This record gives sequence, C-alpha cells and structure tokens, in this order.
Amino acid sequence: MPASEGAAKALSLGFTTAYLSLIVVLPIAALVWASRADGVSSFWTVVTAPEAVAALKLSLGAAAVVAGLNAVLGTITAWVLVRDEFRGKELVNAVIDLPFALPTIVAGLTLLALYGPSSPIGIDIAFTRTAIVAALLFVTLPFVVRTVQPVLLELEPETEEAARSLGAGELRVFRSIVLPNILPGVLSGVALAFARAVGEIGALVLISGNLPFRTEVASVFVFTHIESGDQAGAAAVAVVMLAISFAVLLAIGGVRFLATRHERA
Amino acid sequence: MHRYALRFTALGYLLVVLLAPLSMVFWRAFDDGAGHLWRSLSDPNTVHAFKVTLLITAIAVPLNTLFGVICALAIVRQRFPGAGIVNALVDLPLALSPVVVGLSLFLLFGRTGWFGPWFDEHGIQILFALPSMVIATIFVSLPFVAREVVPTLREIGDEQEQAAHTLGAGPWATFWRITLPSIRWAVIYGVVLTTARCLGEYGAVAVVSGHIEGQTETATLRVQDAYENFDLPGAYGISLVLAVLSVAVLVAMTLLKPKEAR
Amino acid sequence: MSISVRNVSKCFGDFQALDDVSVEVASGSLTALLGPSGSGKSTLLRIVAGLEQPDTGDVLLAGQHATTVAPQRRGVGFVFQHYAAFKHMTVRNNVAFGLKIRKRTRTEIAARVDELLDLVQLQGFGDRYPSQLSGGQRQRMALARALAPEPKVLLLDEPFGALDARVRSELRVWLRRLHDETHTTTVFVTHDQEEAMDVADRVVVMNKGHIEQVDAPRVLYDAPANEFVMGFVGQANRFGEGWVRPHDLDVVSEPDESTREGQVLRVVHLGFEVRAELVGDDGEPFSVQLTRDQAEELELEQGQIVYVRPNRTRAFA
Repeated sequence: MPASEGAAKALSLGFTTAYLSLIVVLPIAALVWASRADGVSSFWTVVTAPEAVAALKLSLGAAAVVAGLNAVLGTITAWVLVRDEFRGKELVNAVIDLPFALPTIVAGLTLLALYGPSSPIGIDIAFTRTAIVAALLFVTLPFVVRTVQPVLLELEPETEEAARSLGAGELRVFRSIVLPNILPGVLSGVALAFARAVGEIGALVLISGNLPFRTEVASVFVFTHIESGDQAGAAAVAVVMLAISFAVLLAIGGVRFLATRHERA
Repeated sequence: MHRYALRFTALGYLLVVLLAPLSMVFWRAFDDGAGHLWRSLSDPNTVHAFKVTLLITAIAVPLNTLFGVICALAIVRQRFPGAGIVNALVDLPLALSPVVVGLSLFLLFGRTGWFGPWFDEHGIQILFALPSMVIATIFVSLPFVAREVVPTLREIGDEQEQAAHTLGAGPWATFWRITLPSIRWAVIYGVVLTTARCLGEYGAVAVVSGHIEGQTETATLRVQDAYENFDLPGAYGISLVLAVLSVAVLVAMTLLKPKEAR
Repeated sequence: MSISVRNVSKCFGDFQALDDVSVEVASGSLTALLGPSGSGKSTLLRIVAGLEQPDTGDVLLAGQHATTVAPQRRGVGFVFQHYAAFKHMTVRNNVAFGLKIRKRTRTEIAARVDELLDLVQLQGFGDRYPSQLSGGQRQRMALARALAPEPKVLLLDEPFGALDARVRSELRVWLRRLHDETHTTTVFVTHDQEEAMDVADRVVVMNKGHIEQVDAPRVLYDAPANEFVMGFVGQANRFGEGWVRPHDLDVVSEPDESTREGQVLRVVHLGFEVRAELVGDDGEPFSVQLTRDQAEELELEQGQIVYVRPNRTRAFA
C-alpha cells in the first residue's frame, strides 16, 4: 500500500476517534465520573430515593406500553403500506416520517392544544399519564413502521403461496410464515422506540405537568434537578438512563445476530 | 374483507396520532389573527432565537457531515479493532436522552468539571453560551450521515476504487472522483435528517443554555418560554414556522428516499 | 383427479396473459405446458392452483367447479421454480407443514415425513435448514413437501429451471419415475422442449396466451399443427413455401430439379451427429443434420458447395 494511502487511512481513523472521543466519550465519561464522585453508596442512596424510583418506573412503564402498542400498530401500518394499494398511499408513506422532522416541543404543544384544557374535541387529558403515552406514541410512531417495511418488501410472496397451497389459512400463513421472518424487524423497531420513549423530553415538558410521583418521568426529573442545583441526583438518574440506552443498543445487536443465524448455519 | 379492516386501522391510527396534532398548529397560530401572528414573530427576541437556531445548525451540519463520511469510510473500508465500539458510539445518540447529553456537558464544562476551570481561567464561556449549545447539538445529530452512508458504502463495494487505483489515482483523487459521487445521495439524505434534528433539538440545549432571552435561546426553547409566559399565539407562531420547515424537510426526505435507495 | 379449463382469460393491466384458453387434463396423466416466456403457461398453472383468479372462464377439478375455491382447499400440491422454502424451518418441518395444518398426529407426521425423505433421498437431512442444502436438494425437499398431504394434483412451475444441467436431467428422470409409481395427475410448466418431450405423456404447446396444439410428444414433432409448433418443438428450416427438419434434408452430389444449392459455412461435430450450417443461394441460412458416417462420406468441409433435397416438407395454411 503506497504511503499516501496509508496516511489517508491513518488520518481518517484518527479523525474519527478524535471526534468521537471529544463529542461523545468525554462527556459520557464526565457523567459517569460525577455520579460516583461521592462514592457508590451515595449513588445508591440517591438513585433509590422515592422520587427518583417513581420517575424511572414511570418512564420504563410508559415506554413499555408504547413499545407494545407500536409493535402491533406499527406492524399493521407497515403491512398496509407494503401490501395494500390505495390512492394517496405515497402521501401516507411520507407522513410517517413527520415525528422525525417535527421538533418535539412543537409536537408537545400541539398535543396539548388537542388534548388539553382548551381541546376542540372536548378531551382533556393534560397532566395525566394518558397524555404521556399519547405524546410518546407520536414521537415513536415511525420506528417500527420503518424497520418492518424493508423486511416485508423482501419476503418472497411464493413462500406464502406455498403455505396456502399446503392448506394454511390466512392467519396461519401470517403466524407461521410471515411473522417469524419479520420478527427481527419488529423487535429492533420496538427496541428503538423503547429507547426513544425512555429518553423523550421535548414532547413531555408541556403536556405531562411534571408532577413528582404522578407524571414526572425520568428525563424531566433529571432536568428539574439540574435546574435546582441537585447535580448528584440528576447525575445518578442520568447514569441509569445511560445504562438503559446501552442495554437497548446491545439488544438490537443481539436481535441482528439472531436474525441471521439461519443464514450462517 | 379484512384488508379493509387493516387499512382502516392503520389510517385511523395515523390520522389520530399524527395529523390531528399537526393541524392544530396551523389552526391555533391564527387564533388572534394574522396581524398578531406577524407581530409576535417579528419580536426581536424571537428573531434572535431563529438566528441562533440557524447558526447552530449551520455549524453542526457540515461538521457532522464531514465526520459521517470519514467515519463511514473508516468503518467499512478499514479493518480495525474496536470497529464495533465505534459503531456503538455512533449509534448512542439515537438511544440516549438529550437531557442526559446536556447534563454530561454541564458536568464536563461546569465550574467543578474537568474542563470548566481551564476555560474559566482563559475567559472562554462554554456553558450558558453558544459553544456548549453547538457541542450539544453536534452530539445529538451525530449519527445520521454516518448511518446513511455505511450501508451504501457496503453495498457498493470497493471494486470501483480498486479500479481507480490500478489506473493510477491516489487516495484523494479516488475519494473525490469515485467514492464521493457514489455516496452522494446517501450523504444528502443524511444531511436532511441531520438538519431536521438540529432544528428540532430541545432537551440537551435546554440544559446547557440557561435559556437567556435574547442571547442563548433557540427557536425551540423560545416556544417553551412563550408558552410558560402565557403567550400562546407567540408559541404557536414559532411552532408554525418550525412546522412549515418540517414539512419542507419531509418533502425533501420523500423526494430523496428513492434516489438514496438505488 | 381430472382438470378441466374452460374459456379462461386473464389480463395483467394491458398485457393479455391468457386469451380464451381451454384444455382438458386426464386424471393420472403427466402433462407439460410448453412455450416461450410470456406464453401464459405459468399463469395457467397458477389459475389451476388457485393462486391467480381468471378474469373469465372456469376451472373444474374432478368435474367440480373450483374457480372460486381458495387454493387452501383445492387439494393441489405446488412446486415453485425457486423452491419457496420456509427458510426458518428445518427440512423436516418444511415437509411436515401440510400435515400439521391437517392436524395429523405426531406419529403419523413423523412416519410420513420419514417416508418422503426416503423417497426424495434426503434421509439424514431432516434437521438441516434449507440454507444448508444445494439447489437440487432444496427442490427435492419442496417436492416432498408438496407430496406430503397426498394431493390429488401435482403442479410444478419450471421446477428445474434454477438448477444446473446435470441435476436437471437427474430430476427429470426422477419425476417420471415418481409419476409412474404414484399416478398422481401431474402438470408441469417448462420452456425447454427437450424436457417436455422427455418427461410428459402429453404436451400443451402455448404461445402468446393461446394454445397452439395438444398432443403426445411424438405427434407434435411429426405432425405439428402450425409454423410455431414446428419451429418450437425441434429444429426447422424454411424451404420455399414449406418447412423441413434438418434431418429430413438429404445431401446429394448431383443437382436436379428437386434440389437446392447451399454453401457450407460451418461443420459442427456433436458427438455422434454432425450439424452442417449452410447458406442457400437466396442468402438464407439453414442447417442439415447428418450422421458421422454420412458426413465423412461426403467429406464435408467449410466453403464446399453441396446440394440438398428435402424428403419431407410441411406446409401450413
């Protein structure tokens, strides 16, 4: 390999490592360091404080509910977008990405307008847990849809026809043939949706009301505790959230690994 | 028969979850009339907030684009130990709460942080000022270009680049004339996603900026501020502008997707 | 089970795949649907299976109207060109699928699967996944899978098209033998006329959505109904107003009023037969088939001028 090519490779690797270290690794390291600054037992006390536990439970619970809803509704939506034909389908497909494009604070504001005190349809769920779920449904909507669509597109229609010719009814075809093949797609979408839901802040700030023990999620907990100067408390919960994020990334990697086992065997 | 049931479910779901809220922005922004809307949008602090958002975006997007392309090249074309870790770190901002990002920067550059004292000594303000807002935005919008370019690079393979080498092209010429053109749609799509993320960033910037009116407020922070000061039309007005920008982003995404997939 | 197709038409958008097609398939027979791409043969097969719906016309199975019956309930076994293997299931589970649907007992299923794996010579491969099998093995698995629920009709859509030549000829022989043993009504689609002639009792020649001729292979070759069939099933040369098979042209040394002149462009030795490519005095190319001995006797070589006499010409209206 000529010298110039070797230099280029070294440079690109160096740049990548430097950029990532500076932007991602250092801040995260500072966070982890700060959370254990007063020792592990102090970290434990802070993290198991009732308010912190309540916030984390709420975040995880809401995220789980939303992930579950997405698994079903997202798959149905992906199915309709891939298998069905109707006028305006292209438009519908484009709209799916709206939560990726729209600022979350705007999403929260509009949900408040729609489901809050001055709701035009008379639904007022502001400052309730239902509102949290509604807001999270908005921001997580694209995830499962977008991970399932490509997998559905790849399915050979002939395997389903084969199943039918062997006597399988439509539900059976879905259960035995389609579902096992789209499951990895569904699972990685669910994992991404879960992670996003746990960490969401912008869409929740206005509509959840941030009532401790009632509607305060972990991200809002961290936020308010920074503002009030309780850096230790904020850092402790933040580290737990960081751990959840890593766990999700691991899970997605695991799903990918399992998904390809039939090919590697 | 059950095809219609599925279609109805999917479309109903999308209507309720997506379109109903979006239409509210357009409706409510004009609640007090177009004149009032214009006045609140031309409020100096609001204008400044938009400028700040655009400035941050203008810095973060090119930097992350540069990083995204170089990182993708390193991951796909080079075999190095720790490629898995690099991959995970690049994906981390997608799974991590923006508030946690903000807090990390707060701790890094704060008075008792690792870098805080050094910057304090040299009179450079990071927190509650533009630099921390830029870094925060770079963090949260980091993955997009890289994630779009990596699969494209993998699919293309390096045969074209090898051919270029046999014809005498050095690394720069190869990159500029062969590699870059072949990934251009992936890069552009990634840039659109990155831009959208920068424009919409809230949580991380909210923590590090101190939302000082007229100085360290972005458009998104201003929405919250307006709402909390009971200036609903103002909040909806800014939201309207942001929503219009989002629709433009959506259009760009829709038009670019098929090109990117090819 | 007999199959009866009556006046079936099918369009895909602007493209007419089948145009008023009718055909009868006798119970227990082995029939080939032969034709070039776009002739409608696969569409016809899929309509018989219930995987497509005809625009007009009827399909009857064993005398009963089946046009609106779902593929699940027609009792047909279908084999696809690219196997359509259930990738996430083992070979055993693939083969057992139809039996599980019909809620047979575990022991019944195991016994039948073993029987079929033996039949297709995949014993010992039961616990593997399709991705671990070769193309030929996958197709044998697909056959076993289709046969497991004892279908009354076996339909195969270009079953050997994705396989290499040697595997193809082995499986052809195997299919014929299988049919001889089980006497299941079998219909298969192919574009390879040699395959159709080799395997089938009767061949349905199709072209552009129409049926050109339905007959035993020998009859198709010796008594083609029209130009298309003549040219598709075997080689044919245009001779004046008629058509002649290459082996029906005698090469003689002396010209007379029944002969035509031709110049040898190329002599190809194909094992025991020799094909000579010639160009006639009208500039049109044609070929002649001879035995080795005949070719040697004539001392055929490139550039030579010879005289050919057709000893059997066919003309079509």
